[in-house]
Parts: sequence; structure tokens; C-alpha cells
Amino acid sequence: MFDIERWQEIFDTIRKNKLRTFLTGLSVASGIFILVILLGFGQGMQNGIAKEFENDASTRFGFWTNSTSKAYKGLNAGRPIQMRNENFDYLENKYGDVLDAKSGVFRVWGALINYKKETGSYRVEGVTPSFQMLENQYMISGRFLNFDDLKGKLKVAVISNKIKNELFKNEEDALNKYVQIAGINFKVVGIYGDPSERDENRIVMPISTAQAVFNGADRVNNMYFTMKPVENFEEAVQQSMAVTDQMKTYLKETHTVAPDDESAIGSFNTLEEAKRFYTLIDNIKLFFWIVGVFTIIAGVVGVSNIMLIVVKERTREIGIRKALGAKPWSIVGMILLEAIFVTTIAGFSGLIFSMGLLEFVGPHIEVDYLLNPSVNFNVALATVFVLIFAGVFAGFFPAWKAANIHTIDALRHE
Amino acid sequence: MIEIRDLHKSYKMGSNSLHVLKGINFSVQEGELVAIMGSSGSGKSTLLNILGMLDELDEGTYSLDGVPIANLNETKAANYRNKFLGFVFQSFNLINYKNAMENVALPLYYQRVGRKERQEKALKYLEQVGLREWADHLPSELSGGQKQRVAIARAMAAEPKVLLADEPTGALDSKTSYEVMDLIQKINDDGNTILVVTHEEDIAHMCKRIVHLKDGVILEDKKVEQVRAQQYVQ
Repeated sequence: MFDIERWQEIFDTIRKNKLRTFLTGLSVASGIFILVILLGFGQGMQNGIAKEFENDASTRFGFWTNSTSKAYKGLNAGRPIQMRNENFDYLENKYGDVLDAKSGVFRVWGALINYKKETGSYRVEGVTPSFQMLENQYMISGRFLNFDDLKGKLKVAVISNKIKNELFKNEEDALNKYVQIAGINFKVVGIYGDPSERDENRIVMPISTAQAVFNGADRVNNMYFTMKPVENFEEAVQQSMAVTDQMKTYLKETHTVAPDDESAIGSFNTLEEAKRFYTLIDNIKLFFWIVGVFTIIAGVVGVSNIMLIVVKERTREIGIRKALGAKPWSIVGMILLEAIFVTTIAGFSGLIFSMGLLEFVGPHIEVDYLLNPSVNFNVALATVFVLIFAGVFAGFFPAWKAANIHTIDALRHE
Repeated sequence: MIEIRDLHKSYKMGSNSLHVLKGINFSVQEGELVAIMGSSGSGKSTLLNILGMLDELDEGTYSLDGVPIANLNETKAANYRNKFLGFVFQSFNLINYKNAMENVALPLYYQRVGRKERQEKALKYLEQVGLREWADHLPSELSGGQKQRVAIARAMAAEPKVLLADEPTGALDSKTSYEVMDLIQKINDDGNTILVVTHEEDIAHMCKRIVHLKDGVILEDKKVEQVRAQQYVQ
């Protein structure tokens, strides 16, 4: 194997049969290249979708209300449903063991916000302190709402960085300054940022304050929850969906909504959606794998084909070599080593080229649901070896056959 | 050098069996230059192939330089061929992607001679056949006569006990044929044993002994006055 003379002989042959070598190499290199790129894109889609779900807490679920669409227990269809503080308190108590963050939301509509001469129109929402976790908000300065704010119905507000820039144009610091919301002064206690820019259009204050100041009584527009983390993803999905269903049933019962009325109480569950997406990714990845494997099979067939032709083309040469004293095994070795050498070099060039492409171009791809395509190096390496092995396997039989043809028949071969 | 007793060989052609060699007794001494003559189908090439271990005998015994040649497998045959025999073929059988020097060096590769020494030896033998300056040329760039001289150089490079030539002039015009025969005679003059298969009367008479084959038996085996090819080559 490491006989230098033998390798020199092989290099001579390769050097003098450039086209043949090139074609063998090309089919191997392109097979590997396509596989790696496909696998890379599969991973890229997974990354991209995972990123889409980063904006909000990934285990979030929640409820909103609408009008009923069905008559039930003597009540007409079209009756508006309104959630109350007691609903929220009940759910918070009942599912306290499994719930992590929880917040009711009371929305203040059409309030103008002033600071000195600047005016803006933003969403104003009354929330609880754990709303920060639900929205994945991070503090840039100051603090988020706390329980004292909630209990004391304090007139404090947390604004986003974007709002701060718009209202406090020339002022360095917005903390502890007062903004007017619908003419009422609120003290800014914190500036938050949100991973999604869309969500930075929001001023939050304690829900108790919002209800008291803006005539909300005990009305709640939305309720959001997250579950305490569970190790197993499947289990988490199951649990979260079960809790969502139970809560929904409770809300329907207390508000006398028909059990099959889907429009009165709306709900969403991020985990369920995430699960759907992950199943989709799994399917896409499986599809890419199948395509990739078939590409490799095509590569293997290509290599085998070329090996068959090479052996046939070289039958006469094999005869000559045998007449000059070559032993069958040295013939087989010569053909196989050449095949191994070419497929190895080509396989690794395909590998390096495609990995390089993913490495340098991948991070610059800016498409939704596609992020940083990359590939597991070991998987790619394994496919190269599979291809080499397949090439050897495919080449061995014709080589062995050719090496054992009677020399005289090989010499007569045209 | 070569000792053959009661050699039989037949080929299966579908259901028919073709009896090609029907009891050949034949021996060659060292330094002989023997022509094996016969029309096509007389079995002369089959005999040469068996002598060259390119083909197997059915019956009889064959010994080469005192070594009994029997129970050959491909590996063993390859070994004997490499040690004992040099071949010259009608169709030259040079490897087309190797240049003249590399072609001549090839048997030495299978004798495990080092690369440098191989090249030196190859150049030496090319020199002997007068093609030293053609060493870098591919077979496709050589004339028929030149190709055959390269083939002879290749056969000689392994320093074989016996040189077997199967219609060495069959693909050449008469002038080049005489050049090739001149070369073969000179190699024989140096003491090498050579067997030449031919169907051309004039070529046969340039050897020292003619064995006439017909229908698988030796019809005639006589020593002849050698005609030197030199006189035709100017």
C-alpha cells in the first residue's frame, strides 16, 4: 500500500489519463457537494424557524375573547364575552403549580402620550410583572414593573427604547421623568428592549393602575401564560396543550358559552405551533436526506460505471502487464488504488468546497426561515468514506475479473 | 533450454472440440534462433503461447531452463514470465499512454527494480535498438518498425532466458521487416535464445533452424544456413 514505486506508477497513470480522472472525480465531488449543500439548508431552515420563535417566550399560550356565535342555555348568539380579574385569579390559583409567568392584559385604547412638546400614539397595556418574561423583554435601564406597583396601583410606566427615542428626543435620560398618558402623569421607571421591533410600540403599566385610571373596572382583554420548563419536548407540548384546553373549558363554562363555540373564546399555543413547525422541519430534513442519499447513490453508480469502463478499456493493457510479469493482485491493487486515490481527492475537494461555501456564504443569507446553513462535519466526512468504499466495492469485481482473464484473451481484447 | 514432450492442446468451440496440437515433441538449446513455420491454423501461435505460459497445455510436459512448468496459476505464471521470458507481438502491444522509455522499463517495474535503475536500463536497451533519441515519444508518434524495436527492447530489458516473437514482422513492410530481423539476429549473436513464429519463408530463413508445423504436428525440423538480414538493410 505504501510502496512508493507503486504510487509513482499510479500517479503516472493518473497524470496521463486526465479526462478519465477528471470525470470520475467530478461525479464524486458533485455528489458530495450536493449532499452537503442540501444538509446545510436543512439545518439552515431549522435555525431560521427556531429564530422566528425566539421573539416571544417559546412556551407561551394565551386567550382572548369575542362574541358568541351560538345560542346556548337561553342566551342569544352574538353576545360579547368579557374576561374578568376573577377569571385570571382563579386560573392563576388553580394552575399555580405548573404555570411559570402569567399576566392578564388590560388594553387602553386611543390614548395619546405626551412628553413636553412631543406627542405619540402607542399601545398602552396594563400587565403584571411577569409580562416581561412572556414577551422576552430585556431591560436597557431602570426596572420592570414590580408587585409593589401592582399592589399600590402606582402610576408608573415602562417604555421601550424606541418610544424613548421618539419622545425624549434630546434628553439623555428618561428615567424618573413623567410622561402624560391621556393627560395623566406617569413616572417612567424603566426602558425595555424587545427582540422583535414590532413589539417595541408598547407602553406597559400595572394592570391594577390601568383598570383604575382608565375606567377598566375588572375587565381583562387577554391572558398570557407560560409553563414551567419540562425536560422532554413532547411532554411539554402535551402538558401545555392539556392546560390550554382545560382553561378554555373553564372560561367557556363561567361565561356560559356553548362547548362547541369556537369563536367566543380564542386561544393560541406557541408550543403547538412550534411542534407543527418542528415536524415540518423534520420532514424537510428527511426529504433532503433522501434526495442527498439518492445523489450519493447516483455518484456511486457513476463511479462504478467509470470503473467498469476503465477496466474494460484497460483490459489489453492488463494483458500486456501480465505478459510482462504482473501478478493478478498487483493489477487489482493498481486499479483500486487509483480509484481510491481519485475518489478520495475528489470527495474531499467536494467536501471542502461545499463546507467552504456554507461557511462563507451561509452567514450572509438573509431570508426568512433560513439562517446560517451549516452541516455536521462528521456526517459529511462519513458520506465521503461511504462513496470511497462504494467506489472500491464497485471497482473490485471488474478489476478482479480482468486480472484473472487469460493473458492471451486480454491481449486479443480490442 | 526448452524441453517439450508429447504436447496436446485442444479448444472447445461450443459443442465441438478443436484439437490444435496433437503430440508435439520439441526441444531448443541455449543460443538457438528457431523459426516456427506453418500456415494459419497450423497451431504455431498456440505452441508459442504455451511456451510463453500465456496459455495452458492439456497434456504432456514442458520444462524451461530445467524448471518443470506445471500446475500454473496466474501468480506463478506471472513470476515465470517475468523471470524467464520476453515477448514480442505482431501488434507490438505497447502501452499507448507511456512513452518508449517507460514502456521498456515496465518489466523491470515488475521485477521490483528501482525507478532510477529502471530508467537507466531502459535507455541502455533503447540505445541498442537505435532509438535512444526517441525515448520521450509516445507509441503513437513512432513508425511500425520503431514500435517493434521498442517492443524488442522491452522484451530484452528483463534479460529473459528465452525471447518469444509472435509474427514480429507480420505488421511491417519488407524493408522494416528486415531491419527487425537484423536486430533479432544481432541479439541472437549475443547468445540469446530466440523463437520466432512466422509464415513468411524469407523471414524463416533468417533463423538458424526451421520447425515446420502442419495441422498440429511437426512436419519437418531442420537446421538451415542463416541468411543475414544485414545485407538488405542499408
